[in-house]
Amino acid sequence: MSLGKTEVEYISRLAAIEVNESEVDEVAAKLSNILDLFSQMEAADTDNVSPMAHPLDQVQRLRADVITETDNHEKLQSVAPAVENGLYLVPQVIE
Amino acid sequence: MSWEVVIGLEIHAQLTTKTKIFSGSSIAYGAAPNTQACNIDLGMPGMLPVLNEGVINKSISLGLALNAEIGRKSVFDRKNYMYPDLPKGYQTTQLEFPIVGQGTLEIEVDGKKKTIGVTRAHLEEDAGKSNHGIVPGMTGIDLNRAGTPLLEIVSDPDMSSAQEAVAYAKKMHELVQYLGICDGNMQEGSFRVDSNVSVRKPGDPLGTRTELKNINSFKFIEKAIEFEIERQIELIESGGEVVQETRLYDSENDTTRSMRSKEEANDYRYFPCPDLLPVIITEEDIEAVKKIMPELPDAKRARFVSEFGLSDYDAEVLTSSREIAEFFESVVAATDAKDAKLCANWMTSGFAAALNKDGLAVNDAPVTADMLAGMLKRIMDDTISGKIAKQVFEAMWNGEGTADEIIEAKGLKQITDTGAIEALVDEVLANNPSQVEAYKGGQEKMMGYFVGQVMKASGGQANPGQVNKMLKEKLS
Amino acid sequence: MHNLTIKQMSEKLHAGEITSVQLTQHYLNRISQFDADLNAYVTVTPELAIEMAKAADEKLAAGEGELLTGIPVAHKDIFCTDGVKTSCSSKMLDNFIAPYDAHVVTQLKKVGMPILGKTNMDEFAMGSSSESSYYGPTKNPWDLNAVPGGSSGGAAAVIAAGLAPMATGTDTGGSIRQPASFCGITGIKPTYGSVSRFGIVAYASSFDQAGPMTRSAEDSAWMLNAMAGFDERDSTSADRPTPDYAAELENSLKGLKIGVPAEYFGEGLDTEVEKLVRNAIAEVEKLGAETVEVHLPNKDLAVPSYYVLAPAEASSNLSRFDGVRFGYRCENPKDLQDLYRRSRSEGFGPEVKRRIMVGAYALSAGFYDAYYLKAQKLRRMVRDDFTKAFESCDVIMGPVAPSPAFNIGEKSDDQVSMYLSDLYTIPVNLAGLPGLSVPAGFANNRPVGLHIVGPYFSEAKLLNIGHQFQQVTDWHKQMPEQYQ
Repeated sequence: MSLGKTEVEYISRLAAIEVNESEVDEVAAKLSNILDLFSQMEAADTDNVSPMAHPLDQVQRLRADVITETDNHEKLQSVAPAVENGLYLVPQVIE
Repeated sequence: MSWEVVIGLEIHAQLTTKTKIFSGSSIAYGAAPNTQACNIDLGMPGMLPVLNEGVINKSISLGLALNAEIGRKSVFDRKNYMYPDLPKGYQTTQLEFPIVGQGTLEIEVDGKKKTIGVTRAHLEEDAGKSNHGIVPGMTGIDLNRAGTPLLEIVSDPDMSSAQEAVAYAKKMHELVQYLGICDGNMQEGSFRVDSNVSVRKPGDPLGTRTELKNINSFKFIEKAIEFEIERQIELIESGGEVVQETRLYDSENDTTRSMRSKEEANDYRYFPCPDLLPVIITEEDIEAVKKIMPELPDAKRARFVSEFGLSDYDAEVLTSSREIAEFFESVVAATDAKDAKLCANWMTSGFAAALNKDGLAVNDAPVTADMLAGMLKRIMDDTISGKIAKQVFEAMWNGEGTADEIIEAKGLKQITDTGAIEALVDEVLANNPSQVEAYKGGQEKMMGYFVGQVMKASGGQANPGQVNKMLKEKLS
Repeated sequence: MHNLTIKQMSEKLHAGEITSVQLTQHYLNRISQFDADLNAYVTVTPELAIEMAKAADEKLAAGEGELLTGIPVAHKDIFCTDGVKTSCSSKMLDNFIAPYDAHVVTQLKKVGMPILGKTNMDEFAMGSSSESSYYGPTKNPWDLNAVPGGSSGGAAAVIAAGLAPMATGTDTGGSIRQPASFCGITGIKPTYGSVSRFGIVAYASSFDQAGPMTRSAEDSAWMLNAMAGFDERDSTSADRPTPDYAAELENSLKGLKIGVPAEYFGEGLDTEVEKLVRNAIAEVEKLGAETVEVHLPNKDLAVPSYYVLAPAEASSNLSRFDGVRFGYRCENPKDLQDLYRRSRSEGFGPEVKRRIMVGAYALSAGFYDAYYLKAQKLRRMVRDDFTKAFESCDVIMGPVAPSPAFNIGEKSDDQVSMYLSDLYTIPVNLAGLPGLSVPAGFANNRPVGLHIVGPYFSEAKLLNIGHQFQQVTDWHKQMPEQYQ
């Protein structure tokens, strides 16, 4: 399977990763190689196989509904790029 | 040819747990920004979710109330999209295997009953909040709400008017509060209703729908849907086409407007969350919830009518919340169920009016169920009349003591002594010879006048029944 | 000192013949001396290490020492360490000082193991050569032209060169075992769920598993005892009693049935590697084991299946790197999309970006069934192959990798050939089984590992076999001359 510019742009948007005009061809070629590897799966007969999401057949454990966390925002925000008044800052979002 | 309206609702009910769905952070409303967002809520690297057990039973109880199938194997999925209020870049939700499956809810509009299908209810985490304008040119993100447990209840597109939609929303609102799984606070966003509205000609396939979001009162939901129906019909009739989009309701101008449409449709890339395992719900789990389920509003209403002989209207009012119903039943029990109708009358009139006047919730009233029952008992045993009771009630409300204390202190005990009443009656009849003549001449309404005069003469304390009886004897 | 086994070190520490401070300083000196060439550490923490060593000495003096108390450790830079940079060898996290410890770090701190530093790796653990690190490639101590393997290449190199006695690693598709093989050390990937993932920067959540990287199987057993165990903060943590992984070390291998999968010795396997692996199996047979032929017919489907599923999970796991709450943020973003797209484009390296993109694509509308769901079905088929194989054998043996360490730069331009270097390890991750790599000789002067795979939770048995093998071989004792 060979990806074109349109697909690369679509994937770039899904992944929220900028792909510059100059990189498009290389990215397309490399992703296409990987998709060729995927195409090896086509031949396998999986009609009666159910998908496997987890390696262990375990079930979800539940946590008691008890408050265990205390305010730690100063430490947690010490690693944030932009904070003011306790809020994380991003460029203005218009709704 | 007329238009047919098709409405489906998506309701987000915030569950009344103490902590978030996947972390031990508090979900209390109103904390300072990001003080209730722990490393898990923030999606810090390496952090993992662990499911709160509190959300499971609450979901099961709603499922049972809707006669729905409970998802015996319930799976969490990731809905992938990036937005600043969504710290992990995905929302953990349920797609293919929700915790509650198909169920129903019965509504009533203008005396007509209708069964609305409930497609499903699934668990998911709430997003944070964006604050605009606090820092110029920037949006500030508060993630306190991120990870708050929500139950998204999705209806079938079964409603065909704004009234039906609101009746359904109100009924669900009442139900989740009865079950104690959601506080129903619409202002704080604990109960959010999104409406999907479309119109079509009868027999046609479904029309293109628009979604109305973020409306925080039933009144505005109704208005918004009505506006939207009209807008769509006008649009189509003038040759236009409805665009599938989210619209916001502007209550000031009573209109809806399009939210800035996203450049392209989202591709959410749902897949099972690898950090969480399937939740298995057993028959025993369901039985355990059944045992602690409260009586549901419909059943309670029916019982109030059959057991206490209340009118449909009184039963409706007295079951409008679980607290009111429980208060009423305590009053009835404390009066040995001698006169449930009297209890009902007092609760729906004097007591309700007092609550209303002071803006109090039933359980915050200065008159407790025991106090109200204490007063009603004195009406039932003829110690006081209904009229005197109003005076007693007001005194109780003002904190002057129990009914018995007030009756004693103010000397409000009813006159039931036959001799004393007879003396009063004789006096009134003797002072009003022309009225007596008139009565005897056939003007029976004069009886009311005599009763009033006797009661007045007794300072309101004579037993009205006895006064009536004696007047009739004397005038016959 | 760096040639002692862990048990010997522990005895000397407990007997007061050496102190933890001395031992720790010894390794810190070696790091100063050798790491400039190897580039195996991203961060060295001498002050923290000595401070922790002092505390360990006090613990030992008070008679409260455990087996590993005072023995220093190096953490792969994917384990979050409170107060110490956790970069995942990415520009994205170059400035990230985790405000918490990973569960494994907490466990080893409790025991009193001084932290020497954080080891280099493939960026976000995505790679098989440790070349994709933002901090430059790590070199193989056996041959500086060769890669150390990956993604835990730094960890493997520090053990091989004696720059730490023990190191933590993680293995998503082979990232402990393949570098162990390439660097001539011992490494075990435990059964999925044995070691908590809490605080390990996620690559592919349903595959990621942490394990020890040491000189010998015995050392790995001691270290796994300290790392493993149920953790309520990880929903996928196996809720079962933690076994004593060292309990079976001395057991006899008499009657052990070794499954030898024909598919693991086919086309593409280096003939020297094949010879060494067959010799090693023969060595174990001499200890009383016997071999049976088993089949893993879907082995070739494992690689494409893994490279759909792991990137799919990664594409979602790495969405949190958005330049808002931590990590790299681009200069002067003009709007929200620009903030996301440029922060991620500038913060992630090429292979990470490729995997995020390919993973997002595999989950996207129209491709979900053909890629993601199909791969999940193949995952089950691969797992079922193992289940069936273990009906006729106790463990499976074969090569860890198709070749010894390749040269730096040799495969960095050809992803698919790089991906295929994990073809023997990936099926084990798909199934979630435990796998051990032990040194089994040298091909062209580069180490080669023997791969031992067992049923779920059979780590103690695997370590028993590794240990018994290491009683009759000395591959694991060898060190490159310049580091001896």
